[in-house]
Amino acid sequence: MLTLVYALVLGGIFFLFIAAVGVVRMPDLYNRMHATSKAATLGVGLILVAVAVFYWELSVAARALATLAFIVLTAPVAAHALGRAAYLSGVKPCEDTYIDELAGHYQKNHKLESVEVKPPASDPSE
Amino acid sequence: MRAFSHNVLLTIFWMLVTESFTLANFLVGFFISFLLLLLARSLFDPTSRRYFTLAWKLPRFVALMFWEILLSSLQVARAVLSPRVRIRPGILAYPLEARSDLEITLLANLITLTPGTLSLDVSTDRRVLYVHGMFMDDPKAVMSSIHHSLEKAVLEVTR
Repeated sequence: MLTLVYALVLGGIFFLFIAAVGVVRMPDLYNRMHATSKAATLGVGLILVAVAVFYWELSVAARALATLAFIVLTAPVAAHALGRAAYLSGVKPCEDTYIDELAGHYQKNHKLESVEVKPPASDPSE
Repeated sequence: MRAFSHNVLLTIFWMLVTESFTLANFLVGFFISFLLLLLARSLFDPTSRRYFTLAWKLPRFVALMFWEILLSSLQVARAVLSPRVRIRPGILAYPLEARSDLEITLLANLITLTPGTLSLDVSTDRRVLYVHGMFMDDPKAVMSSIHHSLEKAVLEVTR
């Protein structure tokens, strides 16, 4: 049991580290958010699961799982809010960005218009 | 919802009777009372009977979510740790099939947590979701993977 706890904590630390390094190494804000929203969620999640396993009690596990649920639900919302705010205030995507279908669709009144796109055709795997 | 509260209530009874308030006993009690309610499911009205189909759809949805988080974190780790950052970022317009607030929120969250994609914003008329991708070599493939695995999974739990 303790080995599992160690493995979970180490995994959590690893992914938190990756998130931190990602923030430094990625070229622009949007790519940095990839690192923080995914790797950080998994890192914190693994550590919380480790806490639940270590104490193996209903009260602790319930709180750990509730925290985990809130993090999983709110991290993407935070990323969305950051990305939207950045785009609206004119943060340019890095030069490698090779398609930007969002460009020019934000209107002055902060309304975002939709564009005509076809839904993808039938499932290729079928 | 009524079936769920019955389930929790029976679990509390189970824990009182067995006099053990541990996590393991809670899970055992929940499972046993769920099986009991499953036997008695014809006593519930059709709307609360949805609980029994959700009971196996929801865990599958959560499992899919955690699997996607794991995959995407590994992908981010690879991108971050490779000596040269080799990415093809881009922003796509994705036509939404999901309609309600809950569906769009779930789908946007799921997109953010899946490999390589991050939802940026939804158009004011809610017809298009703008998605930022890290590896947009093939935009069509990204779109069809969102459509066929994520949106399908979301609509399965909500409809």
